[in-house]
Amino acid sequence: MSDHPSTYEPKSGIEKWLDSRLPIVRLAYDSFVDYPTPKNLNYWWTFGGILSLCLGVQILTGIILAMHYTANADLAFDSVERIMRDVNYGWLIRYVHANGASMFFFAVYIHMFRGLYYGSYKAPREVLWLLGCIIYFLMIATAFMGYVLPWGQMSYYGAVVITNLIGAIPVVGPSILTWLQGGFAVDNPTLNRFFSLHYLLPFVIAGVVVLHIWALHVVGQNNPTGVEIKSKEDTLPFTPYATVKDGLAMIFFLIVFAVFVFFAPDAMGHADNYVKANPLQTPSHIVPEWYMLPFYAILRAITFDIGPIPAKLLGVTAMFGAIALIFALPWLDTSKVKSMRYRPVMRWFFVLFVLACIGLGWCGGQLPDNLVFSITTDAHGNPLGLKVVWLSQLLAVYYFAFFLIIMPWIGLKEDPLPVPASISEAVLAAHAKKKG
Amino acid sequence: MNSFMTKTLKVAAGLALVVSLTAGAAMASEGFKEPEDHHFTFEGPFGTFDQAQLQRGYKVYREVCSACHSMHLMSFRNLGQKGGPFYDPKYKNPNDNPVVKQIASEFDVADIDPDTGDEITRKATTSDRFPSPFKNEEAAKASNSGAIPPDLSVITKAREGGANYVASMLAGFQPAPAGLEVAATQHYNPYVHGALATSWKGDPHKVPLGGVLAMPPPLADDKVAYDDGTKATLKQEAQDVAAFLEWASDPHATERKQMGVSVILFLLLMAGVTYAAYRQVWRGKH
Repeated sequence: MSDHPSTYEPKSGIEKWLDSRLPIVRLAYDSFVDYPTPKNLNYWWTFGGILSLCLGVQILTGIILAMHYTANADLAFDSVERIMRDVNYGWLIRYVHANGASMFFFAVYIHMFRGLYYGSYKAPREVLWLLGCIIYFLMIATAFMGYVLPWGQMSYYGAVVITNLIGAIPVVGPSILTWLQGGFAVDNPTLNRFFSLHYLLPFVIAGVVVLHIWALHVVGQNNPTGVEIKSKEDTLPFTPYATVKDGLAMIFFLIVFAVFVFFAPDAMGHADNYVKANPLQTPSHIVPEWYMLPFYAILRAITFDIGPIPAKLLGVTAMFGAIALIFALPWLDTSKVKSMRYRPVMRWFFVLFVLACIGLGWCGGQLPDNLVFSITTDAHGNPLGLKVVWLSQLLAVYYFAFFLIIMPWIGLKEDPLPVPASISEAVLAAHAKKKG
Repeated sequence: MNSFMTKTLKVAAGLALVVSLTAGAAMASEGFKEPEDHHFTFEGPFGTFDQAQLQRGYKVYREVCSACHSMHLMSFRNLGQKGGPFYDPKYKNPNDNPVVKQIASEFDVADIDPDTGDEITRKATTSDRFPSPFKNEEAAKASNSGAIPPDLSVITKAREGGANYVASMLAGFQPAPAGLEVAATQHYNPYVHGALATSWKGDPHKVPLGGVLAMPPPLADDKVAYDDGTKATLKQEAQDVAAFLEWASDPHATERKQMGVSVILFLLLMAGVTYAAYRQVWRGKH
């Protein structure tokens, strides 16, 4: 924290010499050793460290893959297979990278839901939250472009569907689309620029991560009570307390990661992506990777025009709006209490929100006209019931209402439970409760 | 308002869960027959390939499939690499393996004469790729009533259901049910993913499962003569070639699973040590 004075004392001569020229060891010491953390952090707080690990793994494996990969529409697919077959441990590096993307998103979603539940976006942490949102947005862009690189059927048609969304923008859309694709269709120029950007963006992410951690160290960590640190009693130094806890969580995370990489490496992929891209043969069912399915469901939920605005433009607006709302969260929540632990009504809206996001994800993987369940049959005996697209619409309404209506309204109306005076008091109360 | 709202919300959350569980169970089945479970030896975290089966499967591929299907990612040397059909621990370098050399020498490949620059054909070597049956896509189309036989290098990864699907499909051709219009160049198969509603003239509630494909039934009893005395039934051939194609799709699968076991054991050990350190560090601090 900014008001926490540095306690680093250089001991050896070289440390003293360096400290008076570039106090980099002091910075590391103050940030990762002596940095005071709230003593009541639970395991939901370990995902920040896990996410740094994910970024490191993706960059490391990605740099090695780039040494063997060929960004050319005719050669890309086979070059990836060559990595799998002939490069020493290429199969390991590629499976770690491909599954690593899924694990990265799994961790970031937990990290975001944790922030949402414990009010980590509220003052004074708005900038911290915004930087996190920027990282998430960059992650989506990076993952999308990375998925295009193997140049399989899903890569190609995913790129076609997503880039064409830009074409829905009135007046300038088609020109931007041509500029983005580097031609009049997704082809070799698109693949080349996506490879270039896919290599660039992770380093941009790393830069924003530095800002994110800087902002975190200025305002200090939130904690499950949402009560700010009041005294030294409330905190423990980052090392060894948080380091050992983060380390333990990372190992359990790596076990799950390893199960996917070694025993089910293609479980989160799509069979069609092992078919080389063929612009003349559209797959019957184009789906993005699982971590984008909720937004894909919102995109496809808008099937109607409103006045002069066509459904496609509305869908694109809704999809980007759904992400934009996450940025606006700090100014949508009107509650004085941070943690939903003390918000008896809001926490149930939160549970419904998590279910809605999972439901949207499920809808995103189905064909819109499929039935969720059938109720009756029509005259020809075809089943009639709740269509997937209707469920998507219902859940999308809840998604938007959660941010735009429930957040501001419940914050004003709800009677929160009494909040503990300090973190230490909350910890002592929890102990007393446990002992009965 | 707290208690009323909380109750309502709890009910809503519970209802959402119940609905999603029942809906998930009641989802209508897809329009194709689910592949049979062939109980392959390579299934599961400890499964490995049966080398005799891979050899039989290669024979089926070579004598039947390769007439139309390429495997352009495969080289002859792959057949003798660790885990492959003709791997022999005596020959760590598969290029030295006499069986592999023999197989390669039975094929001719196109090349350029380094002295004259003329187009020539020469005997294949272990480093050559499997030659493709057609010169180009147009030739493949012309010989197969307009359909390009897919390359089989990664076919079990490129099909939902993997090796079980490939084996079920190969052994699963059936005469088209009465009422289904099938073009002369097409063949009905219940395991193939397709939509038959438009070519079905019978009861619209009973559209048959499956789809049509341009490949005629490729296998039959005794289509190949196995060298190891195994009886060459249709099902046996289908399973053997599916196993071979599964190996070819992911030649490092066995190595991967073995490494996975060590990695997970190591991580569990690390978790134990770290947990002990965690208990020690946090004693009295909770």
